[in-house]
Amino acid sequence: MSAPLLSVRDLTVTFDTRRGPFEAVRGVSFDVGRERVGIVGESGSGKSMTGRAILGLVRPPGRVGASRLTFDGTELPGLPERQMRTIRGRRISMVMQDPRYSLNPVMTVGRQIAEALRVHGRPSRAEIRKRSLDMLAEVQIRDPERVLTAYPHELSGGMGQRVMIAMMLVTQPELLIADEPTSALDVTVQLEVLRILDDLVRRRGMGLIFISHDLRLVSTFCDRVLVMYRGRIVEEIKASLLHQAQHPYTQGLLNCLPRIGGGHEALPTLQRQDAWNDA
Amino acid sequence: MSQAHTTPPTLREWLSTDTPRSRFQARSIAIWNAWRTLSSNGLAMLGLAIIVVLVLMALFAPWIATHEPNAQNLTGRLNPPGWEGHLLGTDELGRDIFSRIVFGARVTLYIVALVAVTAPVFGLIVGTVAGTMGGWTDRVLMRMTDIFLAFPRLILALAFVAALGPGIFNAVLAIALTAWPAYARVARAETLTVRRSDYIAAARLQGASTFRIITGHVMPMCLSSVIVRVTLDMAGIILTAAGLGFLGLGAQPPQAEWGAMISTGRQYLLSHWWVATIPGIAILTVSLGFNLLGDALRDVLDPRAATK
Amino acid sequence: MSQPPRIEVENLTVTFGEGRRHVVAVDRVSFRVEPGESYGLVGESGSGKSTVLRAICGLAPIEGGRVLIDGQNLTGARSRAFTRQVQMVFQDPYGSLHPRHTIDRILSEPLSIHGFQGRDQRITQALEDVGLDPAFRFRLPHQLSGGQRQRIAIARALILEPTVLLLDEPTSALDASIQAEILNLLTRLRREKQLTYLFVSHDLAVIDHMCDRLLVMRGGKAVEEMTDGALASRDVDSDYTRALMKASEGFVRPGAA
Repeated sequence: MSAPLLSVRDLTVTFDTRRGPFEAVRGVSFDVGRERVGIVGESGSGKSMTGRAILGLVRPPGRVGASRLTFDGTELPGLPERQMRTIRGRRISMVMQDPRYSLNPVMTVGRQIAEALRVHGRPSRAEIRKRSLDMLAEVQIRDPERVLTAYPHELSGGMGQRVMIAMMLVTQPELLIADEPTSALDVTVQLEVLRILDDLVRRRGMGLIFISHDLRLVSTFCDRVLVMYRGRIVEEIKASLLHQAQHPYTQGLLNCLPRIGGGHEALPTLQRQDAWNDA
Repeated sequence: MSQAHTTPPTLREWLSTDTPRSRFQARSIAIWNAWRTLSSNGLAMLGLAIIVVLVLMALFAPWIATHEPNAQNLTGRLNPPGWEGHLLGTDELGRDIFSRIVFGARVTLYIVALVAVTAPVFGLIVGTVAGTMGGWTDRVLMRMTDIFLAFPRLILALAFVAALGPGIFNAVLAIALTAWPAYARVARAETLTVRRSDYIAAARLQGASTFRIITGHVMPMCLSSVIVRVTLDMAGIILTAAGLGFLGLGAQPPQAEWGAMISTGRQYLLSHWWVATIPGIAILTVSLGFNLLGDALRDVLDPRAATK
Repeated sequence: MSQPPRIEVENLTVTFGEGRRHVVAVDRVSFRVEPGESYGLVGESGSGKSTVLRAICGLAPIEGGRVLIDGQNLTGARSRAFTRQVQMVFQDPYGSLHPRHTIDRILSEPLSIHGFQGRDQRITQALEDVGLDPAFRFRLPHQLSGGQRQRIAIARALILEPTVLLLDEPTSALDASIQAEILNLLTRLRREKQLTYLFVSHDLAVIDHMCDRLLVMRGGKAVEEMTDGALASRDVDSDYTRALMKASEGFVRPGAA
């Protein structure tokens, strides 16, 4: 395999609390190429923090440490904020969970996309309009002209998330970090949004980090899955081989989901073991 | 750590456990945690210290004061601070300013306490009832509030005092009557966000009466915003009281009251600056104390911060 | 004649707002739940499934049709007797517990409203029933995890010994492993206390696991009613149910199949 797009070694995120330092992420290492990598874990597993740490979005009092955190050969920590901004947005983008919170409520969609485009370079008005419309069409919005002049609250959840994806992809990034991009959406809408995301990522040859709590979804959507537990990666496995997972935590997560036709017997529950903390 | 583990817990351990064993202990821990947050804020402690000094001064006024506050000495009029044992000088009737400030603290505290137990309580009741009941109750109560809010506070207080006659008690009543609408508004705004929450629905489903919901569920959520608002307003209340005193509608002579002291001292402001300036500094300091404390209380009591 | 169904909903219609903002949230929905049965309402957001629950317990206005509990028609404000009979567990365990009340107060309040004796013992028993240590009794909700809070909410609902439990997405805010624990707890409690469940969820698999019969809803209307066996054997009539079933299996890459 050629040099990975993103390379992370020994990533830690620490918060200082009244009761002493708390490590949300404890020494995480992985590589991402031009592929779909899923990060799965329950709340508090540090999966979202990992995504934020890569982009330098961990706010104080949080502290990020890593022996290596390179994107396309560039070491990210210690990069001046200006250069970091160029990378963030143009080369790495992030889609958050709920479009209602991540879109600016008092700006039209058109202006927000234009803003994303203007951060990098000085395109003409006509060019902005054309690229925005093309991008909205690409996320399969039927009426891009109307959506361009709409405010976020006038869009449904699924539409909002598509706009969010359009906004993040209009700068043609090489890596997309999607943090629970479809968790706020209805199941049927969820699949539609994923289909669009899948299509774009494949056609553009992008790398994708898909952060989710939903093991079933991640295993059907991604190529490779990293399972996180209490700030560590306990297992890394090809998505298609998930049913052969070795780690008891991964197995437990898979088994505790009810399934259609599974009967009414008690579901197997996770017996957490202290040993997993150091896995 | 090597001690036998059967020894009863120390007070500190008892207060820092996360598994309290009784209602009393749970309550104590909540208060202790609030105190720890508050005491880590230097400015809040300064504000609290000012208020504690004010309270002590009011309590022990006869022992602290160096002179009788109303004893006149016409031969020793308008003397500068430090003259013949008069720590802060004397006023136009030769009375000791320091002693009058000390006794004036009683009046200030009386006003503050009386307003604090009337206006916010009334405002809280009106606001939570209006917010919880909604409909016509809400409309009537809130329009009433709006009418009171429409008048400038000092003007309305003036009108009340003019109608009721001058005096401290009437001044307090006037201030309380003008102060409650703000608390009603705050309480109602808070109630509206609480009203739709699931825990209120759950209480309804358990058969709780509207009275129980208002007093047991809605009021505790509004209380903190109202308390914060009261502490921040205290400065304004002291100033209004002083203003009424200044206009001769509050405390009546010869009673020592800071606002009235400024009022009489103003005639000598250019020639004998201390007569008006010293009570002014006293008002400023106490107002500052309440403001600092109120600011910090907001951080401690904010229910949104408590969930984190 | 045999006994009446525990819950009977007949042509229930719920509307909100007036004029241009008039919304029909539930449109002539009917179903019946027998004593001891577990019945599921499944649908996506806006399907009106939660509104049905709220209408039953008087938190949403009944515009048309009627709701009967044990053959008794529910009209006007819900009585105290009703609250002894029907209780509800809400979706968000962070929003359904009063942030300033200790667990003790949360559990003792319904007891004092209804004048129950032996409160201490009942509270300890309720905590034990939902698998919580009695040491939790004097904690505040923010000192508990999401799963523990939902256990408290269940304990509160059951402390009045109701016969019907309305469950509004009780596990959708929880992690998968916690969801399994709560679902197991609900299954056990239903068996032990002979409860009747009306279970609302967007997750077809959860409903299939928990319920004997279910009703698929969409846009305020009933789509189809079926037994869980029909779901497992894919014996469904409507395309919408089929789409929901497919969606719950995860993502299928176009052209991969």
